[in-house]
This record gives sequence, structure tokens and C-alpha cells, in this order.
Amino acid sequence: MSAIDYSEKIPNNVNLSQDRTLQRALEHWQPNYLAWWQDMGPEGSRDFDVYLRTAVSVDPSGWAQFGYVKMPDYRWGIFLNPGDADRKIHFGDHIGEPAWQDVPGEHRANLRRIIVTQGDTEPASVEQQRHLGLTAPSQYDLRNLFQVNVEEGRHLWAMVYLLHRFFGRDGREEAEALLERRSGDRDNPRILGAFNEKTPDWLAFFMFTYFTDRDGKFQLCALAESGFDPLARTTKFMLTEEAHHMFVGESGVSRVIQRTCEAMKELRTDDPAQLRAAGVIDLPTIQRYLNFHFSVTIDLFGADQSSNAATFYSTGLKGRYEEGKRTDDHLLKGETYKVLEVRDGHLVEKEVPMLNALNEVLRDDYIKDSVGGVNRWNRVIEKAGLPFRFAVPHKAFHRRIGALAGARIAPDGRVVSDAEWNAKLGEWLPSEGDRAFVASLMGRVVEPGRFANWIAPPAVGINKQPVDFEYVRFN
Amino acid sequence: MDTPLTAAGPSQGGHCAPLGGSAAASAASVGALSTAATIRQHLIDPEICIRCNTCEATCPVGAITHDERNYVVRADVCKPCNACIAPCPTGAIDNWRLMPVARAYTIEEQLGWDVLPAELTHDELAAAGVPEIVIDAVAPPPAPSVAADVSGEGVPLDAAHFSSPLPPWSAAHAYTALYGPKAPTIATVTGNFRVTDAGFANDTHHVVLDFGTMPFPVLEGQSIGIVPPGADAAGRPHHARQYSVASPRNGERPGYNNVSLTVKRVTADHQGRAVKGVASNYVCDLKVGDKVQVIGPYGTSFLMPNHPRSNVVMICTGTGSAPMRAMTEWRRRLRLSGKFEGGKLMLFFGARTREELPYFGPLMSLPKDFIDINLAFSRTAGQPKRYVQDLMRERSADLAALLRGADTYVYVCGLRAMEEGVLLALRDAAVAGGLAWEALAAAMRREGRLHLETY
Repeated sequence: MSAIDYSEKIPNNVNLSQDRTLQRALEHWQPNYLAWWQDMGPEGSRDFDVYLRTAVSVDPSGWAQFGYVKMPDYRWGIFLNPGDADRKIHFGDHIGEPAWQDVPGEHRANLRRIIVTQGDTEPASVEQQRHLGLTAPSQYDLRNLFQVNVEEGRHLWAMVYLLHRFFGRDGREEAEALLERRSGDRDNPRILGAFNEKTPDWLAFFMFTYFTDRDGKFQLCALAESGFDPLARTTKFMLTEEAHHMFVGESGVSRVIQRTCEAMKELRTDDPAQLRAAGVIDLPTIQRYLNFHFSVTIDLFGADQSSNAATFYSTGLKGRYEEGKRTDDHLLKGETYKVLEVRDGHLVEKEVPMLNALNEVLRDDYIKDSVGGVNRWNRVIEKAGLPFRFAVPHKAFHRRIGALAGARIAPDGRVVSDAEWNAKLGEWLPSEGDRAFVASLMGRVVEPGRFANWIAPPAVGINKQPVDFEYVRFN
Repeated sequence: MDTPLTAAGPSQGGHCAPLGGSAAASAASVGALSTAATIRQHLIDPEICIRCNTCEATCPVGAITHDERNYVVRADVCKPCNACIAPCPTGAIDNWRLMPVARAYTIEEQLGWDVLPAELTHDELAAAGVPEIVIDAVAPPPAPSVAADVSGEGVPLDAAHFSSPLPPWSAAHAYTALYGPKAPTIATVTGNFRVTDAGFANDTHHVVLDFGTMPFPVLEGQSIGIVPPGADAAGRPHHARQYSVASPRNGERPGYNNVSLTVKRVTADHQGRAVKGVASNYVCDLKVGDKVQVIGPYGTSFLMPNHPRSNVVMICTGTGSAPMRAMTEWRRRLRLSGKFEGGKLMLFFGARTREELPYFGPLMSLPKDFIDINLAFSRTAGQPKRYVQDLMRERSADLAALLRGADTYVYVCGLRAMEEGVLLALRDAAVAGGLAWEALAAAMRREGRLHLETY
């Protein structure tokens, strides 16, 4: 396991100093990256000392070193999981061949597209979240936000390394473009829809990290199976970091629910108006946020039938979730899979070739994983002895991509009329009023150990530190 | 400054006891008692776990598995090597239960949990046939004790200018010299096990002595003298060697008339010349049931404060950790009682390597909101030497915040060589925090708030 070389300008465990051309290219990109961080990174945080986790090596003991760091000084670098010289491609038409250490010419365009699409999401989420530090509900949460931000930044580095190392001039141009697009920008937006949505408040942030970062997990898992070995090794290490992001989301929403349940019991009411007056977020509003983030996120998996998905799989570029643990032939030719469509006013299943439906396969794996956490949120309510339960909406609800795009489907899966859709939309998705109310709760709490009224403290601190630890020093 | 856990440690054979553990003491200490009947079972808290799969992906031996509900650990496969602990984003991974092997939770049981089961109680463990000594060793965490030579060579230096001759105002009354060299009392050895990893030159033992029905009240920070049997080359009886107690006032095992010591086997003198320490080798080789001549207790100023919200800063190296272990454990027991509002505990502890740090396991399982632990290792391969004063400088801002309060008490124990570096680091922390050092040091000395015991 190679140690990360901190003596160089760019910490790395890929022997960067042995490749002068690449090193120069990255050293040229680095100041542009820092300029982007200064412009689009967390607002007003430049001089804070933040208790952050930094990787010093990729083995279990080394990648979670905690200490105070000023964020612009965070050691963004390039870390790949250790390689296996004998690794073989384990799915698609190249099954059994040695994994590629370089990009095969015929797959170059597709690989570049995959890497750019993944890379684009990383700076996008930093941009989406850049104002949240001003309204953090506690130091603990502020620290978690910053940890997520610096690690998204590192994930951008991971993708840019691949672009520079393997894609020559095209790759360098793509790497520049990753710093030029802006989330939500009308003229030069980020590539994927969900990454141009606003993350206006902390409930949205927690939902985003729970649902949308989980999409990241599934995409990374699928890429970690890739026949292109550097991509597989890079994404494997990214996954260890991604876990923290989903933790922030799952525990964040859970703590909001817990606080609401406390207020419901104190006030002996489930009336949203009374609960809002008490300064907590009523459960139906949380359900509407859930519906929004879930539906926007499952669009990220792409069209339910996609020849690109089939190509990516058959050519060995992108596997399925846990490909290595599955026991079929890993070719999937002749296999079928059920996708949904609206026919005669009803949602019906139809069998299609599985290779073309691989986006849907990944989406369904994702949905299963998401539901687990939602059930754990329900346990918080159950423990409080209250009857409300959350549910994820039907996967056809509020879709904008694929065969179901624009279909009028209620969260329970019923096809509804335009009239019913328009009448009920306010019950299903957050209204302007909901968002304004949640925004009204967002005030900054920065004393160690204090938490905003709408959220409960966490069960444990970060790295076993107490909850009232000074996670951020504001200087 | 070096740490006293080196082979060239103090000729009088160090003191030092374990810094306290929690209910989940280290597997090492259980193993040292050679009890095959219990394990320290590794479990994952299903209420905190987010099922991210990081632990399962990290585990080098495939001990972790999952279903759609829970992530669980196979007790018979887990080493435990702790590779999964740092990567876990939630802290859910760091849970341990002392269990009789026959009753270890199966993965089927764990897969059904919504919450972790409670610790087995003392009585449940005893009923399952777990020997008392194991339960005691694992349940209450001990802290390290200081020894000094009572007679002759190397009387402990009283760091006269800074160290206070008076105890804190809220110290308990200390009895001293109940038994002298002419009329020692007799204690019985009820436990002796090694607390540093095997395979290293440093051999430090945790020794438990029971006084039966003889009165021997001691406080944390006090020491006792052990009189080795026999005579020296000149035919004179051996003189007593003094060791700080590593256990709190109500006994190594609460409610029993026993104390623990932490003793390092001396194999070289201060200059590094090979020498077999008479007393330390005698004590390290004691067997359960042996009778030992004991004198003391000694010490009237190196005592802990007992008022609510008093803070204790502890700075030690190697066997100098004994009194720190005693104080830490007393505060831990008070905290468990729920009837005492303790202040902050901050520990700076130096050793050559992690493996040579006595009671490393129990120490690391203390909750961070109970004690702020800073470990310095001076001989870790591939890493720069780090000493306690380096850590104190890193934590300067937090130290200064504590020094600012009149309820903060500072204790330093270890090799004499550490004294200057520690005092300079304290001074610099105070100055950086805007405090007038001379006035502060004088006030702390006057008020019994700064204590140094070096040897």
C-alpha cells in the first residue's frame, strides 16, 4: 500500500513525481481549482479552523485522521485503492480478459463521458450548498457540512486525475470545463438536472445527502466494477468517503424527526399549524420534502431503456451494483427485466431486454437501499409512540426522465387526471409556503453544544468527541 | 525528554498502572488473565448504523455481514483488529460487550435487533461462571500509579519552586505512615498481570494487593512502600521501594480492601547500564496468594480535588501514569453514580510506542466527553518523535482555557527529565492565552493546584 506523498504540491499515492507531464498539467489545474473553491466554496469560511478528517493513506488506519484544518489548506489529493495485478474484467463481452490499465481506443469517448458526468456532480454539490454555512443549526452540523464539501472537492480531484492522466488534451479541456460550469447557471449549467436544483435550507441539505449522495454511492459502486482499473480503484476509495455524506443525511433527517416527535408529545398535537408555531417542522412537510428529493434523485439514473447503458455494460465500462456478488452469467444477453409504462390510463409492466434496462436495474437497487433508511426514520416515530409513518413515493411519481416523464402519477402509484394532479400537488410536493416556513427556521447557532430548536442533538459526536466539542473555531 | 517506559527507565522500577478502562476493557487484559471462557464481543449499534457497508468492505477477515435489516459481526471470526473502527462514519461500529463465550450473541440474534442489548451485570456474569477477577479487571478501569524510592537512591524530586506543598482545598484527609519499616503490615497478592504488549522490552505489571482486615486507607496520588524480602550484598535488609497506588480510594474493586500498583520491571539504570531492579523484579514475579510486606501510606499534597466541576489536567509518562489512573477511575465511578458533576479531565500521556503504553486498550475505550486524551509516542517507526510537551503546545488554546479557571488542578508525574519541557509548555500556553505566568504559577502553588512528582 503506497503512502501518500505530502512532500509534493499535490498529495498522491500514484507516483505523480514519476510523470512530469502529468504533474505539470495538474499543477497548472490546481490554482484554478483553488480559485474556484474561493469563488464557489463555502461562503465566508476561509479562516475557520474546522475539525476535519483527512486521508493520509488509503488503508483503514490512515484515511481518517482528524484535526483542525483551514479549508483552503485541506490536502486535496489523488488516492487510489491498492491495485491487484491479476484483476480480470468480470462482466460484459470482455469477461475474463485482464482489466485495462489504459483506455482502450474504442471505448475512449464513452469512458470520458462517464468520468465527466460523475466529475461534474462533485463541484456542483459544493456550489449548491455554499450558503448553508450561514444558517447552520449547530457547530456539529456546520463541521459535517464542511466535511462533505471538502470531500466532494477531493472527488473532483479524483476524476480530474483520470482525465489528465488518460485523456490527453481532451481530458485537460474537460477538466477546465468542470470548473467553469455552475450549478443553476442559465447559460452554463451542470450536466445533470438534480445538480442544478437549489439546496436552500438544511432540511433540503439532509434530504440531498441522504437521497442524492446515495445515488452517488450507487453510481460509484457500478463504476468500482469497471474493467478500466484506474477508474475502479479511484471510485472504491471515494466510496469510503461517500459513506459519511449519507450518514449526515440519514442522521440529520432522523434528528429533525426526533425533535418534531418530542414537540408532538409535549403539545399533544399533530396539527401542523401548532407544531410550526412551536418552531418545529411538521411530519407532513418532511414527507413532502422526501417526495421531492426521492423523485428528483431517481431521475439521475437515466432513461429506463437506454442503449448507452447496454453499451457501457457490454463493453465492460460500468457494471451493476455488487456485480461481483451476483451469480448470473454477467453477460445478460437474452435476459429480460420489467419496466413501467402508462397504457390506457394505467401503469403496466412490460418486459424488455435487461441490457437495455440496466439503468432501471440500478434504480431499483437504489430504491431498495433508500427504503431501509426511511424505515429507520419510522422507528424514531414508533419509539415516540406516534402513529405517523413515512413512505417513499411510487417510482413513477413526479418523473422528468424516461418513459414516465410527465406522467400524472400520484405518490401511491395511481394514474390521476390533470385536475387531480394540480389540486393535490401541494399535498405531495413542498409548496412555496412550506419552503418559506422551513427557511424561516434557519438561524445560525454556533455555540458549542447548542442546537437550533428544530433539530435534536446527535447521539454521538464525530470521532468519539463529545457533542459539545468545539468542531469549528471561527477565529 | 524521554519517557520512562524505556528499557533505560527509572532504576527504582517504576510505578505505573493502567489508565482506566471502561466496562469494555481491552481484550489484552482479559487474555492476560488467561480466561478462555469470556470474550469481549464486537457489536454494531443498529440504532446508529446507516448500513453504508464500509465496515464490511474494510474487514480483512470477513467477520462482518448483513441482511436487509442489520450489519452484524461474527464473534468467532472477528480478531478484533480494529481496522473497521476509523472508517465507520457513524461510530456505531465501536461497541463491545463482555460475554461468556457460550453466550456470545449469534449473528441471527444480532440480525433481529433494533437496539443493542445492555451490558450483562456483574451478577449475571458471575452467575454465568465468569471469574470475579475477570469481571473486575474488565469492568472498572484502573489508572496508573507513581512509585518513588522511599529510602536512599533517588528520593523523588520535589519540584520545589512550582510544586505545591499543600493539597487542594477539597482534598480528602490523607492518612500517612500507619505502618513503618520496623512494623510493616502484610498484604496478599490477589492479581498480577502484564499490561504492556508481549514481545517488547517493556514489561509492566498490574498487581493487586489485598489487606484483608487490616486498615490501610489510601487516596489517589498517595503511594505505598513494598519491602522486598532478603538482604543486599552487604547483608543489610533491603529497603522499601515506593509505588503510587493505581486504584481509587474505595479499592481496585469497589468496596474491597485492596489496592493496585503498576510496576515496570527494571532491567537497566538511568544511564542504561544493565541492572536487575530488586524490588521491581520481586513485585513483577509475585504470584497470586503470595504475602508482601507493605509500609505507608505516604503523600499529603499530590491529592485530587473533590468539589463539583473541578478540572484535572494530568501530564505523565510511562509509569508516572499510576496516580492519573487512580484519579481518572475515581472520577469515572463518581460519574457512573450520577451524583457528582465532574469538571473536565485532560490527559497528556507519553510512551515510546503504543504497544508499550500500559493499559492502552482500556484507556482508548473511555468516552471522549469524559476525558480528553492526548497520547505522544516517541519511538513510532516512520513518524517523528512526539513528546507530551509537543501535544501540550498543540492543545495550547484548550490548556489556557482551563488554566484561566480557579477550579483547575494540574498534576505532573514521570521522569525528572520531563519537568522542564512540561513547565515551559504550561507557561507558553498560559502566556498565549493572555495569562501572567508568574502570578498564575504562584497562585496555583499557593492554592495547591500544581503538583509535580518526578524521579
